[in-house]
Amino acid sequence: MSTSMEASTPAAHQGFADATMIDHESDLLQISLGPHHPSTHGVFRMDVVLDGERVVKLKPVFGYLHRNHEKIAESTTYLASIPYTDRLDYMCSLSNNWAYALSVEKLAGLQVPERAEYIRVIAAELTRLQNHASTIGFLMQEMGASGTPLMYAFREREKILDLFEALTGSRMMCNYMRFGGCRVDLPAGWLDQARKTVDEYPRFLDEFESLLASNEILLARTQGVGVLPPKLAIQGGVTGPILRASGVNYDIRKVDRYGIYERFDFKVPLGEHGDVYDRYMIRMLEMRESLKILDQALHQITPGPIIDPKAKIRGFRPKPGEAYGRIESPKGELGFYLISDGTPNPYRYRVRPPSLINLTVLEDMCLGSSLADTVVIFGTIDIVLGEVDR
Amino acid sequence: MLGEGIAKGLIETARNFLGSYVNKDRLTTVQYPEQRLPQAEATRDFPFLVYDGEDWQAGLRCVGCQICEKECPPKCIFIEKSTDKKPDAVGKPQFYPAVFNIDISVCMSCQICVEVCPFDAIKMDTAFELSTVDRFGGLLWDKARLAKPNQHYHHVHPTEAAEVDGRLAEERAKADAKAKAAAEAKTSAPPPAAPPAAPPANSGVSSTS
Amino acid sequence: MTALAYNSLHHASPQAADQIFLIVQHWIVSHAPAGLQSLLAILLSVVAIVGGFGLLFAITTILERKGLGRIQNRYGPNRVGFFGSLQPIADAIKSLTKEDIVPQTADKLVHLLAPILLVLAAFSVYAVLPVGRNMVLVNLDAGVLFFFAIGSVTEVAVFMAGWSSRNKYSLLGAMRAIAQMISYEVPLILSSLTVIMATGSLSTVTIVEKQAGFSRILPHWFLFTPWGFAGFVLFMIAATAESNRSPFDLPEGESEIIAGYYIEYSGFKFALFFLGEYLGMFAISGLAITLFLGGWNAPLPFLTWVPSYLWFFAKLLTLIVAFIWVRGTLPRLRMDQLMNFAWKFMLPMALLNLITAAVWHFMPSGPVRWLVSIVLVVVPYTLLGRNQMHKSHLEKRVYRFAE
Repeated sequence: MSTSMEASTPAAHQGFADATMIDHESDLLQISLGPHHPSTHGVFRMDVVLDGERVVKLKPVFGYLHRNHEKIAESTTYLASIPYTDRLDYMCSLSNNWAYALSVEKLAGLQVPERAEYIRVIAAELTRLQNHASTIGFLMQEMGASGTPLMYAFREREKILDLFEALTGSRMMCNYMRFGGCRVDLPAGWLDQARKTVDEYPRFLDEFESLLASNEILLARTQGVGVLPPKLAIQGGVTGPILRASGVNYDIRKVDRYGIYERFDFKVPLGEHGDVYDRYMIRMLEMRESLKILDQALHQITPGPIIDPKAKIRGFRPKPGEAYGRIESPKGELGFYLISDGTPNPYRYRVRPPSLINLTVLEDMCLGSSLADTVVIFGTIDIVLGEVDR
Repeated sequence: MLGEGIAKGLIETARNFLGSYVNKDRLTTVQYPEQRLPQAEATRDFPFLVYDGEDWQAGLRCVGCQICEKECPPKCIFIEKSTDKKPDAVGKPQFYPAVFNIDISVCMSCQICVEVCPFDAIKMDTAFELSTVDRFGGLLWDKARLAKPNQHYHHVHPTEAAEVDGRLAEERAKADAKAKAAAEAKTSAPPPAAPPAAPPANSGVSSTS
Repeated sequence: MTALAYNSLHHASPQAADQIFLIVQHWIVSHAPAGLQSLLAILLSVVAIVGGFGLLFAITTILERKGLGRIQNRYGPNRVGFFGSLQPIADAIKSLTKEDIVPQTADKLVHLLAPILLVLAAFSVYAVLPVGRNMVLVNLDAGVLFFFAIGSVTEVAVFMAGWSSRNKYSLLGAMRAIAQMISYEVPLILSSLTVIMATGSLSTVTIVEKQAGFSRILPHWFLFTPWGFAGFVLFMIAATAESNRSPFDLPEGESEIIAGYYIEYSGFKFALFFLGEYLGMFAISGLAITLFLGGWNAPLPFLTWVPSYLWFFAKLLTLIVAFIWVRGTLPRLRMDQLMNFAWKFMLPMALLNLITAAVWHFMPSGPVRWLVSIVLVVVPYTLLGRNQMHKSHLEKRVYRFAE
């Protein structure tokens, strides 16, 4: 297995990005699917060597969005890092908040009341819905269905973002979880609005499937493309829908049973072939499972306190120690590793970004496919540059 | 049969096309700026300072405690505490911020300043059409620009404002009752061997601040 | 012709409306000196074609944007003019006033000539399309052959654009475009061959005239025969590929190589590429209408009073709407799948269609002929289709769930 993420030394960088049109010796075309590209989900570069239309070598180059998140966290308080975690995986801010809050709660030994756990599950599953909708919409866009499935997906996503705005005040940068619970309680009428959105969502999924699921062109573009064998996936540390599409049964909601996930009845869809079609269908099926969880949670939630009374907003000093908290974010296993030394600022703050770790296997999946496939395979890994670069 | 999936897709698209003329659900565009979507009550954009009453300088709730400045993640609040005191809404002398600037080009609308303020003095506004051509001065808001009356707070966040007002009124009532009890205790108890020039009864809260 | 024209004018019959353009042309020409009259007539026709199809291009751009918008649950452009109808003017002003950037290392002459050649070739093919009764620029005996010959010049223009830009993306796009266009020429021509066999002539005017008339209520268009229907479908698929429209727009695959062969073009040259592409689309739709949809013939016997050119443009608009509809729905095919489809599905279907056309021609008319022809079309379609799907192991999948 070859990984293609060599350190970008100036020499290696120079040789690869040399602007010769065609290598006269072997007729290979070096191309840079550069940072400005409509399909690279952000500022991301892939240096690709093509033999005709086949990919011979592929090197991902990232770091264009590095914002010193982990270093900043070392110089601010634990509370002040929460808004920064929103901006990691900027599509799924509530999941990021939860992962961070989980790690700090492990570190400081805080208990979360039941209502807050329900709200967290509802928020996380809604986040999963809107993230998967956006992913499959963009995947179709990259395959050339000039924006139609994308617009349908975003039409549904808007309803979920409206829910977030009513709850947290902001559509995407939610800053909602606190250590020991949630920031504010659900406003009046929110549960009804949420139930309505959840009830209407399956209609969109059915429409989407009738639009594309048996479309011959789609099948031809996605089946058998970008196969990821399960062994390679496990070796590469890949998690999330990609791992499950390759057939490995690993969902942290079932493994760790964090929060109150064990109270809900849901299944984990698994793929067999590990190609692009499987990853696309797994996300569709995961959306349906999320709807099941949401249905149950919205009916089971009861009034109560929403934050641990022992939790302090200001002057929060956890005892010295270390903790690693992880959740099943829509992109994979999102984990936060914290080392505390008793001061209000963490000593070390490390994010385990699922998008970056999943990129490890990009080259292996793309070798031998054509350039058009590379873009599609890349779309199914579903990266967000905010997370990759932090 | 080859072509079946494609035919299904075409029917779906046609349904959306024809539906967009009859069904509101299938034409979700809002023609901004002629039409506007209603904003949720909890929306937050940039902070503003609350003042009670008519005079923004006299009624400003902020006492310059600088807690929001310390807790702000990107450090976009700049406060200079005053050296003198002025009476607040209930008459108790408090410090006030001589300078209170927020750089809204840095502010990330995280609302932590609102959470940590002990005096309900800073709240989140909902205005977002804030373009300016002055990149530096226009985006550094001072105390005068930030101060808005309590009625504005009721206008943008009615539920929250009602709750805050209720809580503040309760606290004031408790403090008033305590002061009255202390004053009664003082008048009913024998006068102590104190200097004759006893200070006049402090109207308002005497112990906690 | 003159007597008919003047008679029609005086009697204001449907023929007057039908021949109005010819009458006007004749009137203008009669004012010129005798030696220059034929030249003036031709020039007027050319101006009419350029103006008419240019206007259609403008209408199509706005139609496409609004149509795609409505399909995607949004308005299209609606700020410029009533419901956005003046948007093409705004687009024209924009493309004329934008800076014309040519890469430093590009081959400047070829870079300049490529869009011009494209537009020239695209306009030239309109010479043989009969837009209405007696309204064809040149009635060539080998009209269809002329059409295909000149139409292929567009491929050269595309490659010139890609090569001269000195850019890897445009080179990739140009290579893809050439491969695609050349492979789809074969099914295109083979499917039109059935019509030529049926009419026995290469002249577009003759082909349209052979499709006049009705049997009870059904017009004699070749579309309403089994081999004609199959030929029409094959022709339209190949036409979509020839004009680089979705789902065959890989050469300009917007999401991968951004704009493919015209990535280094800006301003007016870019607009010319757009124009050339759309004109090609109209031209090939026009040929499809001529060959299969009865040209300017009315679809129902009681509607023959409507002028012929209106029927032609109505059919053309229907085909354009179909193009837009398909574009809004389907993702694009990959290069090798595209070629696979052309050589392994469309070519055999087109060849078998020739046999069906021959069988239809030589059998006596009646239900037996219909049955045999339909079987000859449907059976290969099913078999070849199944072969296509199985070859690539495409199937409907069932997923298992874990607890």
